[in-house]
Amino acid sequence: MLAIKLAYRNLIGAGLRTWLNVFILSFSFLVIIWHRGITNGWDRQARNDTINQEIGGGQYWHENYDPYDPFTLADAHGIIHEKLQEKADYAPVLITQATIYPGGRVQSVLLKGIEPDQKVLTIPTEYLKSDMDEIPVMLGSRMAENNKLKIGDIVTVRWRDANGTFDAADAKVVYIFKTSVPMIDNGQMWVSLQRLQKMMQMDGEATLVVANQEITSAQDLQHWLFQDHSILLKDLDEYRKMGNIEGVIMWFILLLLAWIAIFDTQVLSIFRRQKEIGTDIALGMTRGQVIRIFTIEGAMHGILAAILAAIYGGPLLYLQAVKGMSMPEGTDDMGITITDTIYPYYGIGLVVVTALVVLTTTTIVSFLPTRRISKMNPTDAIRGKIQ
Amino acid sequence: MKKIIAFGILILFSSLLMAQTPSAEEILNKIDENMVFDQAISKSKMIIHGRIGDRTIESKSWSKGNDLAMVEYLSPPREAGTKMLKTADKLWIYTPEPTDRIITISGHLLRQSVMGSDLSYEDITDNSSMIESYNAEILGTETIRDRECWVLELTAKKDDISYYSRKIWVDTERLLPLKEERFAKSGKLLKKTEILEVFKQDGRWYPRHMIFKDMLSRGKGTEYFIESIDFNVDIPEYKFTKAALRR
Repeated sequence: MLAIKLAYRNLIGAGLRTWLNVFILSFSFLVIIWHRGITNGWDRQARNDTINQEIGGGQYWHENYDPYDPFTLADAHGIIHEKLQEKADYAPVLITQATIYPGGRVQSVLLKGIEPDQKVLTIPTEYLKSDMDEIPVMLGSRMAENNKLKIGDIVTVRWRDANGTFDAADAKVVYIFKTSVPMIDNGQMWVSLQRLQKMMQMDGEATLVVANQEITSAQDLQHWLFQDHSILLKDLDEYRKMGNIEGVIMWFILLLLAWIAIFDTQVLSIFRRQKEIGTDIALGMTRGQVIRIFTIEGAMHGILAAILAAIYGGPLLYLQAVKGMSMPEGTDDMGITITDTIYPYYGIGLVVVTALVVLTTTTIVSFLPTRRISKMNPTDAIRGKIQ
Repeated sequence: MKKIIAFGILILFSSLLMAQTPSAEEILNKIDENMVFDQAISKSKMIIHGRIGDRTIESKSWSKGNDLAMVEYLSPPREAGTKMLKTADKLWIYTPEPTDRIITISGHLLRQSVMGSDLSYEDITDNSSMIESYNAEILGTETIRDRECWVLELTAKKDDISYYSRKIWVDTERLLPLKEERFAKSGKLLKKTEILEVFKQDGRWYPRHMIFKDMLSRGKGTEYFIESIDFNVDIPEYKFTKAALRR
């Protein structure tokens, strides 16, 4: 207790020097929590949006389907398995390649057929219910913007049916939806499943079947292989891991600055307070007790930094958690699920772990220079002789 | 009485005219005799009229039947040395140094445009027989660039034909389709082809100068010139192997 009191008095007595160190450390502390909060927030939103709008609880893929190889699409379709017919649980999707001619330009697209009244994904497929002569199609906003298409526009679509014969017809844009999931937007056109099956001469067939969110694991069926979240969210997981590595490097740089400041302060403090150290030892304190006082002094920087960060950073972090952080223009073209506004998520675990890391490392950095005390000769120290 | 004689003359004249017009199948056979070959080596030039200017690509082709084709680009310098090998429904593209790579692609790329032109790989390497692929019906006669033509409507015999229907204007004398329109199953016009100049070699008429136009795109079409073609060749099998791509 005496050591803590002494350490606190010495620390406050050092005035501006202490507060500068504390401020630097508190800033690092705050940036680490903010960065982790943003990463966590993005990850939560990206996962939720991808699950709600694209993958559901998991997907059954036709055995020939490979999403990374569009050339497999010609063979990646089959009659939907009888166990996957329940509309409340499954949403079949038929995928085929096609060419559109917006304004006479040639553009390759994926035509995706989905039941207009499906309940598995949260995309607004009900707009595809239409009896118009043209093919009613729905686009994501990126696709619409890239091809300068708007609701009501008519665009010619050319495709090949199951036998390889060319067919073409006019399609009418009936709805443009905003989504953060590029996998259901970029280069894609959504049509009614029955219409696409008829266009392709693939009655009752699909390329994949999305399961509802309660079905997160299932057995493979004949010709249909179940893909769970560990496969379907692999890209997001990889991206997150990459972000974590970048985050650790950034924290290390920030903390390094704070550690250098504390280390420097400790070295200077021990040099300037040699007489005090000699007197303490002469009065009966063990070298260990003196080291403990100096180490606690250094470690207290961390505690004060946490308090300071809570005072000025708490409201800032709260404000951002409520208002969110707007992403710059073009971020949604990166090919990964990113919403327009990211709402940071600060869990209690994040704050506690960050505080522990900062306090532990600050204590270690504070302790390292104090080892010199154990080598000091108390008589020379009282004289102020440089050692 | 005069009316009956006039009617009789009309019937007689029509019968003579009908006797001169071969059947649609005969016309298709004659077209195949001109256009379909067992083997050929040709040099051609393609001028792509794009939105931002024209590009000229020269190439040499070796063809055998409808399944085997090898095309080597001769110019422009950036494309020179690039080779394309087609066997049945597979396609390999070789790009020379510095990449020195062979890319294997499934039949899908055969349907893609060749270097931004109005022709697909399938169009360039097509040597299929019309009589085997289409049923035909004669619609009448028309004149195209001062040439008398039979107008034929073709409908696919099989399910796996790229174009479900075609309309062709066949030169009554040279038996070449001087104009052609290719349609989707829905009836939408997809592609238009015109033969602007022909030449005779080894007893068959063959196009010298053609123009292709993808009717759905805004491009200005692609001109295709056959600079030379030799039908009397015996192309060795190795020419259509992957190993030949690097030679």
